[in-house]
Amino acid sequence: MSDIDQITLSVLAGRMEQIADEMDATLFRAAFNPIIAEAHDASHGIYHAETGDTLVQGKSGLPIFVGVMSFAVKAVIEKAALDGGIQDGDIYIFNDAHIGGTHLSDMRLVRPYFRDGELFCYLASVGHWHDVGGAVPGNYNPGATEVFQEAFILPPVKLARAGVVNQDIIDILLRNTRLPQSAMGDLNGQLGALDLGIKRMDELLDDYGAQTVDSALVALGHRAEKLMRSELDNLPDGRWEAEDFLDNDGIVDEPLSIKVALEIKGNEMILDFTGSAPQCAGPVNIALPTTVATAYVAIKHIFPMLPANAGVMRPINVIVPEGSLLSAEFPAPTGGYTETILRMIDVVFCAFAKVSPEKVVANAYGTINALSIAGKKSDGKPWVMFSFYGGGHGGSIETDGLNHGNAPISTATIPPMEILEAAYPVMFKQWALRPDSAGAGSHRGGMGAVYEIEVLEKNGAEAFLFGERGRFAPKGIAGGEDAAMNVFSFEQDEGWEHPPLASKMRGISLKQGQSVRLETPGGGGYGAASDRDPSLIAKDVKNELVSEAAADGTYGTAWREYQS
Amino acid sequence: MSGVMVGVDVGGTFTDVFVLDETNGAASVAKVPTTRPDQSGGFLDGIGKQVDDLSKIAVVVHGTTAGTNALLERKGAKIGAITTQGLRDVLEMRRRDRPRTWGLRGDFEPVVERENRLEVPERTLADGTIRTKVDLEAVRKAAKQLLEQGCDAVAILFANVYANPENEMSAVAEVRAMWPNAHVSCSSEILPEIREFERFSTTALNAYLQPEVSGYLHRLEDALKSGGFSGEFMIVQSNGGVMGVETACHYPIRTALSGPAAGVIAAGYIASCAGYENIITGDMGGTSFDVSLIAEGESMLSPQTSIDFGMVVRTPMIEITTIGAGGGSIAWVDKGGLLNIGPESAGSNPGPVAYGLGNDRPTVTDANIVLGRIDPENPIGGKLERLDVEAASQAIQKHVGEPLRLDKIQAAEAILRVANSRMAGAIRLVSIERGFDPKRFAFMPFGGGGALHTGAMLAEAGIPRAIIPRYPGVTSAMGCVIADMRQDFVQTINSLVSSLDENTLLEFMQAHVDQGLKTLDAARAKFLSRELKFELDMAYIGQTHTVSVPLSVKTDGTRVVAPTRAEIEEAFDKAYSDTFGRLLKTGVRRILNLRSTVTGKRPKFDLKTLAPATIGEVKPKATRKVHFGDQWHDTAVYARLDLPVGTIIEGPAILEQPDTTVLIEPNLIGKVDAFGNTIIENKEAG
Repeated sequence: MSDIDQITLSVLAGRMEQIADEMDATLFRAAFNPIIAEAHDASHGIYHAETGDTLVQGKSGLPIFVGVMSFAVKAVIEKAALDGGIQDGDIYIFNDAHIGGTHLSDMRLVRPYFRDGELFCYLASVGHWHDVGGAVPGNYNPGATEVFQEAFILPPVKLARAGVVNQDIIDILLRNTRLPQSAMGDLNGQLGALDLGIKRMDELLDDYGAQTVDSALVALGHRAEKLMRSELDNLPDGRWEAEDFLDNDGIVDEPLSIKVALEIKGNEMILDFTGSAPQCAGPVNIALPTTVATAYVAIKHIFPMLPANAGVMRPINVIVPEGSLLSAEFPAPTGGYTETILRMIDVVFCAFAKVSPEKVVANAYGTINALSIAGKKSDGKPWVMFSFYGGGHGGSIETDGLNHGNAPISTATIPPMEILEAAYPVMFKQWALRPDSAGAGSHRGGMGAVYEIEVLEKNGAEAFLFGERGRFAPKGIAGGEDAAMNVFSFEQDEGWEHPPLASKMRGISLKQGQSVRLETPGGGGYGAASDRDPSLIAKDVKNELVSEAAADGTYGTAWREYQS
Repeated sequence: MSGVMVGVDVGGTFTDVFVLDETNGAASVAKVPTTRPDQSGGFLDGIGKQVDDLSKIAVVVHGTTAGTNALLERKGAKIGAITTQGLRDVLEMRRRDRPRTWGLRGDFEPVVERENRLEVPERTLADGTIRTKVDLEAVRKAAKQLLEQGCDAVAILFANVYANPENEMSAVAEVRAMWPNAHVSCSSEILPEIREFERFSTTALNAYLQPEVSGYLHRLEDALKSGGFSGEFMIVQSNGGVMGVETACHYPIRTALSGPAAGVIAAGYIASCAGYENIITGDMGGTSFDVSLIAEGESMLSPQTSIDFGMVVRTPMIEITTIGAGGGSIAWVDKGGLLNIGPESAGSNPGPVAYGLGNDRPTVTDANIVLGRIDPENPIGGKLERLDVEAASQAIQKHVGEPLRLDKIQAAEAILRVANSRMAGAIRLVSIERGFDPKRFAFMPFGGGGALHTGAMLAEAGIPRAIIPRYPGVTSAMGCVIADMRQDFVQTINSLVSSLDENTLLEFMQAHVDQGLKTLDAARAKFLSRELKFELDMAYIGQTHTVSVPLSVKTDGTRVVAPTRAEIEEAFDKAYSDTFGRLLKTGVRRILNLRSTVTGKRPKFDLKTLAPATIGEVKPKATRKVHFGDQWHDTAVYARLDLPVGTIIEGPAILEQPDTTVLIEPNLIGKVDAFGNTIIENKEAG
């Protein structure tokens, strides 16, 4: 099986990655909704015929999907067994997050690839749909206590049988979204991507033969495992802990602990999340598949050269306590999963910083800030402006953190302000960096942002926010300091107000001319503030990224000699 | 006007000159070392080699990397920006991306420092309504402050100017009245298109280049003039067309990919003369392999590119896909036992191990040397005496052979196999992935190294034949001489087709045509014809990505006849179903942008003037052992430029010329066509 020569393997690795990349590109082009088309909140890959393990995944899709997609394929393998087997031309579709991970907005399509009448592998496509019903447009419902209040739930069902699409399923889907045209456009795009993947697999197997490609897939798994083990071998043995908190779950105003113990023994590693908070009432729970996938994302950020292949996880044991918010049971709400997994990545980085700080960056801003502003235009047509907002990245041994980056779980870009203003009755009064928001350090964090948005619509609007880091700041590492926290405010007749739960609120009524203001966290600092080059501090002050008072307070006054 | 036309391409190592005498059709080429830091020395030296009297020259066309280099090396001017209140950080915030997906490292500094980005009260809304009239007193104050802070150029960057440029135009008039030089760029002049970051970035980078590029071009022009030149001086744009030197000084950002664009234009012309309208070009340099596709004689254009992280340029440019697999790319085995090529490169200095200039890790060129494909006694470029084959072998043995348990020859073959596979991947990317079947294309390598890998590209990408131009090393300079004069315009319309104001659309189209034709009228170059093209960027409402919808527009003399809504809908339906294979029954059609192109078609020269003699002796100048597959072959070596028209050479063979080595593998056959190109095909196909 695995006696493939190394050179053919190098060639095949590139060919298969190109197939997954091309599936990504096909969906990005065809998708209707900007969350896929612009923000690339989607992913495609090739998965093992029996285990569902990730074999190859596209480079341009969302990082979190790299680990989570294999759970979707596994779920389909199990369901297909109950359905009496799978045949060529079948396509499964589902969004159930308790089975497939992440949240209900992510629609997963899984399609078997047959060669000469035999199942060879699976191809899968996942994309974040704009709206899948539920209580809140865009599906970030901070008040959800059950998954039923977040969106409609589709378990794995056959969208197509032997190549014939079941229109009944499509009719059900389209009746359960506020944006049926967008949903249909995205579904078509995903089906197109899978068609293309099948075609490209045919060509690949025509060129190399099924036997060789199969051997290559096995060998790539071994290689991924070997790479991971060699990285772990180079690290000292030991056990390191870290803990951080979510502000609250959107229902009960109490902090929720996320805790990790990282243990390295030889060429193996344990990530033990025992001690993390129990399952909670609100939507910051995550299902087990999401937790395992997130561990993978954190590891891949620490070792960026590792391939997107399940072999990487073989030497790693992820321990998740039963009953915790990291292994939530149906029907616990999971819509705000992004916040929890960002915090998981933060604690893994903080624990790893104790082993080998040069391999990690300090915490990034750590919240997705899903803000929707919605209403009805004077002609009665509903509108929903839904977007995620950026913040600062952490400093590293190499450089300061990046100003206004995207979240570590994502590669999403933000829509242009002018596109938003052209589509919705709003005006951005500010779209700017947020001074004094970065954690100090020899390499400071990147700056967070300030967005101030005024409602122009005569009928007013309603705002919903799902954010975090309003009570606990992004952390510095290696002696670096913490960043500023998230601050959300909204204008009412009496003046500016803040949500009682810090960064989560729904149903904020805004009149024409009133604004909301989102100030996002920066990134944590790397290394001691006292080690920072004073000329760089002077430059930050000159550029009004750091105020004089803050500079004096955190760094001392030595920088003043470098003022020009 | 008729006379001598000169094309000059200034590259990193060589300055290439292509001279065409339009009176008798004679063409000649010259190659001289590029001079640094002032490239005008090599520029004039190269022209002087071919033309004794500059006053005989009618037109000089220049493909330049001055802009590209200033961007890549961050050597532009100190500039300032004046922006809408609340938006001074757009340039630094980008589209909220990051340099690399994995690892979260790296930071970004925009070309305008924050202290030089000043805000003024003003605001236009998305529908064009002016909510806050621009405060001109604040504009004057800001400009004064920027001058005091030492800025040499300035960019005016206001929100929503695509819908109404009035505020920005008032501000720029005010700044131009007080700014001490011509380096004032404004976003509605550079790119009246929706998307503020892309527009601001393009405008700021234009300002950043203006002092440097206009200074360089004026120095060249002065030097030409003082040598007696009184003709027209033109510059190649990234879109493959040429523009006058004054236009280039106003819009230097349009030169961001000037050099490579000219090469693709020439490749297209050479192929078309030889009878091939569909080609894929491959330019193999020291660090990269650049691929471009020409279908039915038309180069693919891409709307924007990133010069580097966060340095976005949005102007139409010839689409060139680059992968990090060049002759200097380093071969290495990772900890998982997989052989990789690049992205790290030894470039041309220190270069491959065989150069003996300090690199000890094997490169793609080293593999070609060890396998006998490159003559170690006569290195191309003429800088080195000979190449160190032994050192190259040892490096390959140590870094690739030992970890993979291969002997040095097997290891060298392995390096080429993996490199070829990556290069073929780039070809698949621009062809198969865009819906073009490689079987309908010919591969045209140019630059120094591409012709060594021809056979592999044919086999791996499924291309039936290759065309090696007679002078692969001077393609860009030749492209300068034949490029058309082309101007691209864009205007955001942002309207449903059903509610389109056809008159507004017509006014924009007419304005583009008037401006374009005026520029052509002012040029002294000769045009065979003038061509107007219009496209709309359209989509269904709710969809993010647009499709390009070509409009067949009637003209009455130079007056444009407005297209009707029905014609627009019909054109959209055709373009959409061509792209996605189906239409949406309930979809509402929307127009985002108008794109207009005004082209003055320049006369072409007869490529046959470069052709070799029709009779002559075909005799190898030497024989050497070259390794193909799993064995050594005695391989005939020919002096390529001496081969007469009609020569047929069976592989294995090597054709050498001063700056290129052409490899014909054992299963291939090469023919010299009527223009001196070498056409390489499979033996059975011939």
